Amino acid sequence: MTARMEKRFAALKAENRPALVTYFMGGDPDYETSLAIMKALPAAGADVIELGMPFSDPMADGPAIQLAGQRALHGGQTLKKTVALAAEFRKTDKDTPIVLMGYYNPIYIYGVEKFLDDAVAAGIDGLIVVDLPPEMDDELCIPALAKGVSFIRLATPTTDDKRLPTVLTNTSGFVYYISMNGITGSALPDPSLVSGAVARIKAHTDLPICVGFGVKTAEHARLIGASADGVVVGTAIVNRVAGSLDAHGKATANTVEETISLVRELSDGVRAARAVAAE
Amino acid sequence: MNTILQPNSYRSGPDENGRFGIYGGRFVAETLMPLILDLQAEWEKAKTDPEFKAELAHLGKHYTGRPSPLYFAERLTEHLGGAKIYFKREELNHTGSHKINNCLGQILLAKRMGKTRIIAETGAGQHGVASATVAARFGLPCVVYMGATDVERQAPNVFRMKLLGAEVRPVTAGNGTLKDAMNEALRDWVTNVEDTYYLIGTAAGPHPYPEMVREFQAVIGDEAKVQMLEAEGRLPDVVIAAVGGGSNAIGIFHPFLDDKDVKIVGVEAGGRGLEGQEHCASITAGSPGVLHGNRTYLLQDGDGQIFEGHSISAGLDYPGIGPEHAWLNDTGRAEYVPIMDHEALEAFQLLTRLEGIIPALEPSHALAEVIKRAPKMGKDEIILMNLSGRGDKDIFTVGKLLGMGE
Repeated sequence: MTARMEKRFAALKAENRPALVTYFMGGDPDYETSLAIMKALPAAGADVIELGMPFSDPMADGPAIQLAGQRALHGGQTLKKTVALAAEFRKTDKDTPIVLMGYYNPIYIYGVEKFLDDAVAAGIDGLIVVDLPPEMDDELCIPALAKGVSFIRLATPTTDDKRLPTVLTNTSGFVYYISMNGITGSALPDPSLVSGAVARIKAHTDLPICVGFGVKTAEHARLIGASADGVVVGTAIVNRVAGSLDAHGKATANTVEETISLVRELSDGVRAARAVAAE
Repeated sequence: MNTILQPNSYRSGPDENGRFGIYGGRFVAETLMPLILDLQAEWEKAKTDPEFKAELAHLGKHYTGRPSPLYFAERLTEHLGGAKIYFKREELNHTGSHKINNCLGQILLAKRMGKTRIIAETGAGQHGVASATVAARFGLPCVVYMGATDVERQAPNVFRMKLLGAEVRPVTAGNGTLKDAMNEALRDWVTNVEDTYYLIGTAAGPHPYPEMVREFQAVIGDEAKVQMLEAEGRLPDVVIAAVGGGSNAIGIFHPFLDDKDVKIVGVEAGGRGLEGQEHCASITAGSPGVLHGNRTYLLQDGDGQIFEGHSISAGLDYPGIGPEHAWLNDTGRAEYVPIMDHEALEAFQLLTRLEGIIPALEPSHALAEVIKRAPKMGKDEIILMNLSGRGDKDIFTVGKLLGMGE
């Protein structure tokens, strides 16, 4: 894994608080606005940035992220531009890990080797590719690891103890635990079930466990962050972007601030997580 | 194109990872992987289980009406003045198309796995109707995802599904066609993994679906081979079938793949022409990519975004193709050609008037290719075409296009 990712999670551990992992869609609703959002994330409290790569057929995403991807594609976003977005961000922020998240086909068409070279040059730390399970590791995971790019795997409630070792092999950076079967944008699951699942995965790995799906408010972030090493928020952030747009789906003067204000609230949530857990 | 090693047999694929050459595979979300591995294990057991095979054969005979006839189209042959034309009459099956062959096989698997809910995607509605039918027959609830555009242009099938007790959920994303229906079915599956069986209708998707669907459809080619030997004492010179995802085509092709003298031709939907994006000719005009669980030929832009495609026929309106067809194309064993909307429409009318058979718009594409080839072939040569579905569902679409009944 990259030194940047390792350093970040080590620092959080020393602080005894979970990471706030924020997902937003690259290019939603346009390149400049999403760059402004990305640049404002660390100061608002985001510890790790998940940068969404739009895809025409996001089979594991709910309506909010589907629409965000469509807005981005409509605005002319491409994988090349998403990598450029990360590179631009990296010019002024050397410390915040960036993880690209999306589907395999755009990377496959870009060319795996070329994509990885460009990602490394842009300062990208990790990849989450939803439709590449461990059975497909030769496609991108192994080549990514060879170039020092983390490959972050999703574990789900269907990933039982028998399958966990398969999922965790070749996983690096952190483990992304999807707290329920389903698509992005679902309701928050019972936090006690989540803490049980986190404990179960921890028995198999020393990697940090970040938990996502269903986290929408500071209170959710606090509850989930009590047991997890990181809390992932995506749909709620994407919905903030959507809610700030004009009737034609274009960014307004409020788009960046409205989105970032949610991140500040979520940041308060993760910072309160352990304090409450310790009571 | 890549240089492909010629295999000893074209019938041995896929490998244990579900690959046909570079095509196929299991490109799915982790949530689905345990299910797909369970399904594969159950399928491995079932395909060699004599009881499973016997039950499927019994249903095929008494429920579907198999074997379907091999019909010599005398008047069409005479009209075209060349090769003898035979149809494998899959449109005479119960529910009106080849889709029932696969649905019966998969619902027996679903029962074996203890699943209690069936979901399916459909384009033309033929697979949706067949799924709703077997769900009714086996007493399971069934949800069918169908693009909103298709719900409109295939209204008779929507009505049939509803009568059979299925819930039809229109999908408005994208162009509202088969691709969008498949996305939505996958989203349902990933949400309801415990009790739900996803009954995929075509020879595509993650392994083991392409192999499994092919095996359930290969009954078409197996029967046709025996029937052709009975009728003519020899195999056909050319086998032709329409290809959307490609289940009817792989079903009739597969048993002939190692018969080197039999030419294999798949017909893609050329839509309004291959220049723009208004077609579904994935092999002729697309490139390899990854969608819906498999690597195959796709219609896509330079950024790997998938096009919507267009075809007059809802069943062919899909921007990809089954992975085995992609491999058969690259190895050169099969040839894939496009047929335009208007050519299919002309073929539809010709068959209706000459033989008194109303074909679906999907096999009308295959028929248009037959019409092109037969006159150039000798009278001692034979074409076998898969007449995969009947056209009752298309009469309103065709009527509108021809300005009839206004």
